[in-house]
Amino acid sequence: MPSNPVSRRDVLRTLAMGAVGGSVLQVIPLAAAEHVHHMVSAEKSRTPAGKYVPKFFNAHQYATIAALCDAIIPPDGHSGGAVQAGAPEFIDLLTSENKGYQQSLGDGLAWLDKFCTGQYKAAFVDCDANQKKQVLDLIAFRKNILDDASLSDGVDFFAFLRRLTTDAFYSSEIGIKDLQYIGNTFLPDFPGCPPVPEA
Amino acid sequence: MAQVSRSPRVYDVCIVGSGAAGGTAAKILTEGGLNVVMLEAGPPLNPELDFKEHVWPYELPHRGAGVGGNALKRGNGLENEFVAPTGAWTIEGEPYSSAPGSTFRWYRSRIVGGRTNHWGRIALRFAPVDFRAKTRDGLGDDWPISYEDIAPYYDKVESYIGVFGTKENIASAPDGIFQPPPKPRCNEVVAKQACDKLGILCVPSRLAVITRPLNGRPACHYCGQCGRGCRRASNFSSSQVMIPPAQKTGRFTLLTNAMAREVLVSQDGKAEGVSYVDKKTRTEQRVLAKSVMLAASACESARLLLNSKSTLFPDGLANSSGAVGRNLMDSVGSDGGGIVPRMEKVKPHNHDGVGGLHMYVPWWKFDRKNDFPRGYHIELWGGRHMPGVGMFYDSCDEGEGYGASLKSRLRKEYGTYLGFSGRGEMIPNADSYCEIDPSGVDQFGIPTLRFHFKWKDSEIKMAKDMQEVFKSVIETAGGTYTTKTDPDGSNPYGIMDGGVIIHEVGTARMGADPKTSVLNGNCQAHDVKNLFVTDGATFVTNPDKNPTLTIMALSWRASDYLLEQAKKGNL
Repeated sequence: MPSNPVSRRDVLRTLAMGAVGGSVLQVIPLAAAEHVHHMVSAEKSRTPAGKYVPKFFNAHQYATIAALCDAIIPPDGHSGGAVQAGAPEFIDLLTSENKGYQQSLGDGLAWLDKFCTGQYKAAFVDCDANQKKQVLDLIAFRKNILDDASLSDGVDFFAFLRRLTTDAFYSSEIGIKDLQYIGNTFLPDFPGCPPVPEA
Repeated sequence: MAQVSRSPRVYDVCIVGSGAAGGTAAKILTEGGLNVVMLEAGPPLNPELDFKEHVWPYELPHRGAGVGGNALKRGNGLENEFVAPTGAWTIEGEPYSSAPGSTFRWYRSRIVGGRTNHWGRIALRFAPVDFRAKTRDGLGDDWPISYEDIAPYYDKVESYIGVFGTKENIASAPDGIFQPPPKPRCNEVVAKQACDKLGILCVPSRLAVITRPLNGRPACHYCGQCGRGCRRASNFSSSQVMIPPAQKTGRFTLLTNAMAREVLVSQDGKAEGVSYVDKKTRTEQRVLAKSVMLAASACESARLLLNSKSTLFPDGLANSSGAVGRNLMDSVGSDGGGIVPRMEKVKPHNHDGVGGLHMYVPWWKFDRKNDFPRGYHIELWGGRHMPGVGMFYDSCDEGEGYGASLKSRLRKEYGTYLGFSGRGEMIPNADSYCEIDPSGVDQFGIPTLRFHFKWKDSEIKMAKDMQEVFKSVIETAGGTYTTKTDPDGSNPYGIMDGGVIIHEVGTARMGADPKTSVLNGNCQAHDVKNLFVTDGATFVTNPDKNPTLTIMALSWRASDYLLEQAKKGNL
């Protein structure tokens, strides 16, 4: 369901009113409206919930990516998390098209499993919650490299994945709502800024 | 069947390029009664299908990040999927190069309307003093025209395209004919409060976005997405505002996918047309005209002139001065920003506004001695814009972490960022120019450009000043400046590589002296009287004002002159 059905209706209605007599514009409102509908429905048919088939990652890698996305942006009292927001699909799609991503994420996933196997004799996804937390607490902060230089690749990998996960989350309907963004609509006048508290 | 002998059609004017300069000329020349043919290297524009206005990021498979995350690469923001389809930093099959030791980036457009489809729409007049640069401080050269010569054309352009702003009576930023500006956004209110305390001018910006209906175009609906293109043309683009009236005259022929190769020259040394590659059929074509106007963007026009070699013009057309390609300038650009925590407490609200700044800082230190010549302005950004890819990288990399704490931190910080873009004047120098690359051709066999570019001490000192001012404004606002720049290295004080601001100008400059300039004050070549150049190549200096408004004023003025000369039979 669109997050803001009123606004979408407004978009379409206003597009339909676009061709004003004497306008210098050559608006084809029907084509425009159809185009918007087409994009929305194409998107929906492309990603039926839970049916995504990874284009690049194998099942184990994809499960690891999903576990990491969920750890980076988990569901909370405000909103769902990065997995619900489609982060694993987004990351897989981009990676399937980018050799550099394939290299760095592929290497990073291998590093993570090697590290976890060395520490806990299990791949990351098979570690228990406490073990996962210990690993993440190490690779989520660059300063840890000062104590242990061998963490460097893991820290780089996690920093990259954190960026991609926030990209996916805050470009999703869930993430945009989480931030309470208001807009992308038609206003007859711009209201300006509500009062800003003093420092 | 008998063969009918027919001489090919000869147009009055052939314009190369459909952007700010070409679109303006097409309107004026066709409305003035001339038959005009225009060559555009790209396809036609279809706003209904090409513009992604009002689309949410999640409605696109790549969410705006582009195939393979192309738009996420540093410096590639203009290639995100939402931006109007106007151009790219690299075009397949059409390379350019930078000479060893130089880094120049060239943003090129191949579509009707060119770069006006996406531009920032900041529409600032040059000041009287900007035309008297050498007289003022001994650097560079004076223009052959004065502010008084161009002022009536600023009036005409602003009245026709629609620009909002306020009368402020600031010496460095002349007032124009303005529609009312939109109210300030929160980040702009906070920045202005700090600027007031610091004695820095901060006034409503001046953008080519209409806040009142104009010539059949509806007023802005404040979705903040001008850069995506506006189906209703409430912002200015050549494709939606200049080309349609030309088409309405019935005297306008637009040839798309027509990549100009060279200007054709007759035996008596006059321009007689343009040869081009029809990209659809990959065939060589030519179009004949009594006058030729180059409006292909500063460096493309220089490239065309340099590639138009003949026995009469062995160094390229209209290049007896050797000035074609020389005096290449961009704007000095350095950005920064930081977090102002008290903005966390502002209640969620619609912050979209127009697609660009509502307030700006005009050059305010014109009345004192500075560490560098000339000046800069500051563009303000930040606040509660539509979230999207790339928005949280600074916060991710600075605060690090993961999980609930990361998520609540990003929620808290959203909307609290104050951003600044300094845009300043570069002094032309002998080390910054473009030339034909002796070993490069594009996919059509047309020789390509090689760029040489150097920032000098005065530009670097200006970037340093920008960084200091940004920091003081943020700190005065009660925030923390988070941008880090290095005084050394390839980009001291965050100064961006040449070309990145996309204000490249100067490569066929006008001047009073034919020995040191390519064009006269009417944008007419000194060497070839029926040849005109009307894009940013004409600029003698590149003041801190974004070039587009002045390009349109110069093109309008040159077109009036061309009409008059054509009527007199002087061309």
